[in-house]
Amino acid sequence: MTDFQEKVDETIKMGLEIVKETEEDRLMTLSVGPQHPGSGHFRFTVKVDGDYIVYCDPDPGYVHRGEEKMSEYRNFIQNIPHLERPVIHDSNNITYSYSLAVEELVNIEVPRRGQFIRAIASELNRQVYTLYWLAIYGIFLGHSTMFMWPTGDRELFIDLLEALTGARVTHAFNIPGGVRNDMPEGFKERCLRQIAYFEKRLVEYEDIFYNNPLFRQRTEGVGTLRKEDAISLGVTGSVVRASGVPFDVRKAEPYDIYNEIDFQVQYMKSGDSFARSMIPFLDMRESCHILRQLLDKIPQAGEVRAKLQPNPKGPAGESYKRVESARGALGYYIISDGSPKPYRVKISVGSFRNMLALPFLLVGSKLGDMPSIYWSLNYWPVEADR
Amino acid sequence: MNSKKSRTEGNDLPNDSPIEEHVQPNESKVKVKIDTTDTRPANGTADAILPTASSMTSNLEQEIINMIVSAYGNMIEVVYVRPSRMKIRVPPQDIVRVATFIKENFSFDHAESVAGTDYPKENQIEIVYHLSSYTDENIVPKILALSSRVNRDEPRIPSLINVFKSVEYHERETYEMVGVYFEGHPRMERFLLPEDWADIPPLRKDFRIKGR
Amino acid sequence: MLKDLINPTNVNILVGKLGDVLTKALDLPLGYAINWGRIWSLWPVHLETACCSVEFGAASGPRYDVERFGIIEAFGSLRQCDLIVVQGTVTRKMAPRLRMVYDQMPEPKYVIAMGACAITGGLYIDSYNVLPGVDGVIPVDVYVPGCPPRPETLIQGCMLLQEKIKRSKIR
Repeated sequence: MTDFQEKVDETIKMGLEIVKETEEDRLMTLSVGPQHPGSGHFRFTVKVDGDYIVYCDPDPGYVHRGEEKMSEYRNFIQNIPHLERPVIHDSNNITYSYSLAVEELVNIEVPRRGQFIRAIASELNRQVYTLYWLAIYGIFLGHSTMFMWPTGDRELFIDLLEALTGARVTHAFNIPGGVRNDMPEGFKERCLRQIAYFEKRLVEYEDIFYNNPLFRQRTEGVGTLRKEDAISLGVTGSVVRASGVPFDVRKAEPYDIYNEIDFQVQYMKSGDSFARSMIPFLDMRESCHILRQLLDKIPQAGEVRAKLQPNPKGPAGESYKRVESARGALGYYIISDGSPKPYRVKISVGSFRNMLALPFLLVGSKLGDMPSIYWSLNYWPVEADR
Repeated sequence: MNSKKSRTEGNDLPNDSPIEEHVQPNESKVKVKIDTTDTRPANGTADAILPTASSMTSNLEQEIINMIVSAYGNMIEVVYVRPSRMKIRVPPQDIVRVATFIKENFSFDHAESVAGTDYPKENQIEIVYHLSSYTDENIVPKILALSSRVNRDEPRIPSLINVFKSVEYHERETYEMVGVYFEGHPRMERFLLPEDWADIPPLRKDFRIKGR
Repeated sequence: MLKDLINPTNVNILVGKLGDVLTKALDLPLGYAINWGRIWSLWPVHLETACCSVEFGAASGPRYDVERFGIIEAFGSLRQCDLIVVQGTVTRKMAPRLRMVYDQMPEPKYVIAMGACAITGGLYIDSYNVLPGVDGVIPVDVYVPGCPPRPETLIQGCMLLQEKIKRSKIR
């Protein structure tokens, strides 16, 4: 063979080797990073093969502010303002759980009217959070009305909360021992009027959002989480209730006066994205029933806050209390060593537990379904990072 | 008008099957079955709503603790038994056996959280797993705290990831916050802290934050 | 003699002097027009650093409609944006990404630091993962105080930025 022929053969051989692709070359890595439309401050890496996701790896920590470490340097009452910042628009629930745990440690008895006001504030906050969640879901799916309507209706609830507590979002209203101040006059009638208006509005929401064929097409059958997987992954809140487990902390382990309230746990069996986006809506409706009962049964007069020492402290011990927030069971594990400052505060949040379902559901689904799966897991990044 | 009717009617949503064709807005109702099965009795008085009467409360926790102690003897140290909360302490090398026993015999099926606490005075680090249940009605309100103490100079403990799948991210976080290495965990890396973290684990007591 | 006058040097000088006259004449109206265009279409990058993003979202809602000032919230590509609103705490993990996003935006770009945590570190001043203020990372134009600032305060901050842009000269 001539030199030239040898060179051609070699080139052809090299050319074939260059063109032949390995398995790894087919995959493309996408970084859905801390800057993307919808919710920022969370990053996850995704490897796609064509249109299908084969690998997903969450990377949280962009808003990790060290809440647990900071709690050890402040006493029990001083911890309230910074512990409510992980989820500022649902701040009454995250401080509710903390207050319950501290009350068990320090042995405080909350007066009855205070318990009712705490529950009212908690239910109003649940509506506010769920409406914001629905608004961001609209941004993810490109449904502008789903952003504008809930944001507008949410302002009316925020007005109520502002009349009750004095601030729009970070209320610092629940303290160990009760609530900070009493309801203003005329609050009950205002609240009842707002609930009556909102229940009519929920009917419109159902029509525009949940009966919308495009919304259904994007969310039905997408990201199905079966019941056994949901239980073993330990997810909580609306995610586990959408997979057929009727678990609600207010029913399972009633705290304060929730054992006198009559309501039903909403759950669905299908476990797909549509069920996960329907459950918070049904919870909002149930929350309106609960609010009516609370406003009906509240004692007319009474103390709202227990008298405390300036630096409350209790005997050494530990306590674990949980509360149903809008994202799931929020638990506080507080260890005290007899001093006014806690020794260790551990927060177990619903978002961190639901994050485990994200790689589980995304692997095997299409890239276009990613927004609808990700946001339907009811994941708030600031809370998961604490 | 459709929506008003659909509030009271509940049609069946087909389970596990996506709806293939487009649903016309005119004829669709909210196909939701609000399952109203409830474990409460029908009269709904305040006493009956509580899941367990007070006399049964301490019995069930005590029964659970008694069964565990009788199976494992004096390896288990019972820290406290309160209404709805129990805590036991086991040596680190036996934690997987005890956790498997608890999972199989009672219906604690997931771990809610994993907490690591630093006790420098006793030169130990305590790891606490809070176990909870979704399936058995009597155990749903109760939480069993399974804890173990490791030496602070060499903190290693077997991981419970093969028993409870839900501890995966919690153990990673405990590793970077307190410094305990969980053997058997497939991916023991930092999770929440920045990539260039070059200091001791932040939740240790000798890590002082600035100015205090 | 006229032919001697028309040589390249003289033509250069003539064109230069003409350019000076034109710049001085058109500077004011042209500058006004360009600034007017920039003020009423400030597009923010969708980068939420922490909890103040809730109030930014509320500001885009129907009640405090910030879109009437030209500020559209959910925008896709950051190569077409000229405003970055640092909403809340900047942690040590987020700071390099913030700098990357800022560098990728084309000139002219403006920065609003929203919330007490972005100004000085705020409530989290003694945390181990939080930067004391964002102006060590990117240069800030307007500081909006509050924890979180009300949407009206944020709108006032945007209007202050507009005044600042109106006063600036076009390069």
